[in-house]
Formats: sequence, C-alpha cells, structure tokens
Amino acid sequence: MSLAAATITSGSEDWRLEDLDTDEMVLNMGPQHPSTHGVLRIELKTDGEVVRAARPHIGYLHRCFEKHAESVDYPGVIPYTDRMDYVAAMGNSLGFALAVERLMGIETSPYVSAIRVVMAELQRIASHCVAVGTYGMDIGAFTPFLHLLRDREKVLDLFEWTCGARLLYNYNWVGGVSHDLPDGFVRACRHFLREFDAITFPELMDLLIGNKIFVKRTAHVGVCPAELAISYDLTGPNLRGSGLPRDIRKDEPYCGYERFSFDVPVGKGQYGPVGSCFDRNWVRCLEMAESSKIVHQALDALEKMEKSDVHEKVPKRVKPPKGEVYFRSEAPRGQLGYYVVADGTGVNPYRVKVKSPCFTAMSVFHVLAKRMMIADIIALIGSLDVVLGEIDR
Amino acid sequence: MDARAIHERLVAKLGEKVTGADLEAKSPFAVVATDAIVEAARFCKDDPDLAFDNLMCLSGVDYPKETPPRMEVVYHLLSYRHGHTFALKVHVSREAPSVPSVEGVWGVANWHEREAWDMLGIAFTGHSDLRRILLPDDWIGHPLRKDWQDPDFYNGMHVKPTPQMAERAMGGEAIGVGPFDFTPPNRHVEQ
Repeated sequence: MSLAAATITSGSEDWRLEDLDTDEMVLNMGPQHPSTHGVLRIELKTDGEVVRAARPHIGYLHRCFEKHAESVDYPGVIPYTDRMDYVAAMGNSLGFALAVERLMGIETSPYVSAIRVVMAELQRIASHCVAVGTYGMDIGAFTPFLHLLRDREKVLDLFEWTCGARLLYNYNWVGGVSHDLPDGFVRACRHFLREFDAITFPELMDLLIGNKIFVKRTAHVGVCPAELAISYDLTGPNLRGSGLPRDIRKDEPYCGYERFSFDVPVGKGQYGPVGSCFDRNWVRCLEMAESSKIVHQALDALEKMEKSDVHEKVPKRVKPPKGEVYFRSEAPRGQLGYYVVADGTGVNPYRVKVKSPCFTAMSVFHVLAKRMMIADIIALIGSLDVVLGEIDR
Repeated sequence: MDARAIHERLVAKLGEKVTGADLEAKSPFAVVATDAIVEAARFCKDDPDLAFDNLMCLSGVDYPKETPPRMEVVYHLLSYRHGHTFALKVHVSREAPSVPSVEGVWGVANWHEREAWDMLGIAFTGHSDLRRILLPDDWIGHPLRKDWQDPDFYNGMHVKPTPQMAERAMGGEAIGVGPFDFTPPNRHVEQ
C-alpha cells in the first residue's frame, strides 16, 4: 500500500489516553514556542526523543476574517486580507482583487498588471527571505537570517516609498492599485535586484544551502511524497519540493504572467529523497532568483509603456452581479484561493471563503511528524513555512 | 475536458443523482444528491478521464432566504493530470445539516470539514475527528450562519457592555463578571 493511501487519517486513533504506554509522555509544544512561527500549539506523544504521534491545535490567532468580510463592502475587505498572511500581504490582496474583478468582468490595463507583477514578485522575494532566514535560525544558523532580513528591509523600503506602508499595504484595489510607482522607482528597484542577484543570493547558497550541517539536518527529514502532497493539497514551494512542477503562474496565468519567461524550480533530492525539508527550502531559494528575473522583465515592460491612470478602472461602487467565483493565485506560500459569492443586492460580499495554503500544509503535519525526533519537528514546521495569521484567518 | 464534458460524464455515471448544474457560471458546478456525494467524489478521483486528484477548497454557505432555505457544501476540484477544474455542490436542510464525509477520498477534506462544522454547524457523518478547529471548544453556536447573533455572555463574562453598565462601572461597581457556573468540557469524554 502506498504511503498516501495508508495515511488518509486524522490520526485521532493515536490519541486514546488509555493507550498511552508507560514509556510515553504527552508533551505540549507552543503556542508560545519561538520555533512554531507564531501561535501554533502541537501536542506530541513522545517516547524519549521519538515522536509517536503529533496533533496540531490551531485557532489562537483567529480573527473571524470570513465574518468580517460579510459585514463590510468589497474594497473594505482588502485591508483584512492583508492581515491574513502578514509576511506577504501583497499576494493576499492581489488574489482578492482579481477574484472580484473576475466577478465584475473588469480587465485592468497592462500598466496596472505590470505594476502588480512587480509588487507581487518583490513580495515573494521578501517573504522567502523571512522563510529561509528563520528556517536557518531554527536549526542553528544565525548569520543568513541577518543577511536576508537586511534585503527584506530594502524591499519594504521600496513598498513604503510607493504606498506609505511597510507591512500591511492595502495596495491592490479592485480595478487598480492605490498609488502609481514613484519617479525613480524603476532605477532603485533595479539597483536592489542587482545587489540581490550578485551578493545576497550567491552568499545564501554558499553560506546556508551548501552548508554540510544544514544538509545533514534537513535532507532526510520530513519526506513528503508527491501523492501525499496532492492528497493533502500542499501547494506552492511545498508541492514543488516534492518534485511536481506545478505553478499557477504557468498553468493558468493571470496579470500577464504568460509574457514573462521564468523557470519553475522543483526539488531534485540532491542529498536524499525528493520531498524532504531540504528540497522545500531549496525550491524557495531558487524561486527568489526566478522572481528577480520576472521583476527585471516587468520593469523592462513598464519602461516601454505609456503611463496610465492606475485608478482608471476602479469602480465608483463595487457591486458585482449575482454570481460566484473561485479564483486562485500563486501567493508566496502556495495557492491562495478565494471563493466569493455575490448575491447581487448588497454592496457586501455574501460569502468569502479563503483556501489558505498554510492551512492545508499544516493539515498534513500529523502524517509527516510521526516517528520523527523532537529536534526534527522544528525542522519540519519551518520547512512547511506556515504563517499562523493565514492558518487561523 | 471542458465543464460540459465533465458534467456529461458525471450524469452518465450517477444518473438522477445529479440534480442540477450551472455550466455557464464563472466557476461551473454540478449539484449532487447528498447521499451520493461520496460516490461522486470517489468517481471524480478515480475515473481516468476526470482524475480530480486534488480538492482545492471545501466551503459551506448558508442560504436562509432561498425556498426552501438551505445550506450548501461546495467542493472545488482540480485535476493535476489534466489541468481542468470543476465544482460539486450539495444542498442540505438548515435544521439538521448533515453530509457524508469525503475525508477518505482527499486527506485535506478532514480539516476543511472540521472548519465547516465549526463555522456553520454542518455535521459530516463518518468523519473521524469532528471537533471545532478555529473557535475554542467551549464556544456555543456557529457564527457564519446568517441568523447568528453575537452572544451577551461568554463563560459567564459579559462581553457586550451596555451604556448603563459603563456608567455603573465608572461609579466603581464591579460589573461584567457574572456567576462562574461554567464547567470546562472534557474533550476526551465529550465525543
């Protein structure tokens, strides 16, 4: 029997207290543990250092996003989407804006689409900087974290220059973006990318990814076969780490991604089985370089274009006709899906459901964590790159 | 395959159990009888032409103003092999919403179904671990139902102070703290 077929289970059968052996102990990890990347609590059934079963508990950061979304109008939802995945807020608002635009039949100008691509890809670099940097720190490498956070700051400076905010932007509006790019943005952005490509990226590959200790800690840990990844709906770098070259930017392009040439990196399993913690991180690192390529091309396109009004297509009143749409986009952490239902009468959404990539990535945790060492649990959580704000919404 | 071909294939297999469809919608869907959802899901996954190996999203939606009033569970499916998408819908009554679980078909359905139970109170029969997931275990009610009213009390604490209460509090009175008759649920015994 394959691993995926054998493991479609909630794991609840592992948690009958009367089955606890004398050697076993239930250990509580989190919600205030620094390596759980937020307020995640995990119950571990341990036998010495070995984890016999694990059970994640989520909801500590639940802020009723879906309930809020029903009580404000469509543009009012966008600041709330920023607060889900607060490490990569651009990607969240982009997904929601595109979903509502599809519902209303709005097509943004190529100029706005190109700005959105620049912002989304810069955000991907910034987000992966945190993901890879903190992952290194989780398993004992402190310096890469400082280097990567330094570069993330530069991206945030660019965002602040454009729209005034460093973390939660409210930038992608329905039908446009809130601010045009400032004069000199293209030059400053190219300057950052050149630095990133020439210094930070090769340094990261040398210092962290090629490091023997890093490889030993990650290459045989948390192996997720492709079949299991699909069954539990792992997406984005987590899925590509398992060897599947699937990316919505290629499969169902939006915002004109089809005009840019870039590769979809996949896990190759250089040091161990495909789908390990190492592969997931390796994919993230290579994606940063690919994003840099895309931003360069988008900037080229922007330079050749006539400037147009970024508010041109922003509707005075966002009131989609009765209908529903499921729209997915490639956020830094994977496929972010918005199921938006409009009833055609009010200006509030009737229902907004978010498929968060971190939520589904965490749902496979109990399968991967079984029979691991406790220290490897830390390596596994970090490699799935979850942001609790998005899991709990 | 396009939505029309997928729908035809579903009808050929399930016959009258496919009770409706909207193939012109922005995300085309078919409505399936509640008791046939596991069969439909299994068929969608195993049929080589459909091969919906991925459940992208499972959502519950409450429609109290429809006739008859109903809840819907929406399954958004994706085939990694063929690259096509489709949605299945199930209609259930609002009084005692209950849908067979598809946890055995797609692993990810487990948490999505727990969320739908938590937020809308849709019970998934055959689910191995149907507990609340985002709200606390002692929460009462299901907030994404359209007739949801914010509670005045939570665990004996007044959570919605009135202007009169604020005035009394300014006068130094200890208010907002009700009698604590709350017994914590023992979740190992509860289910």
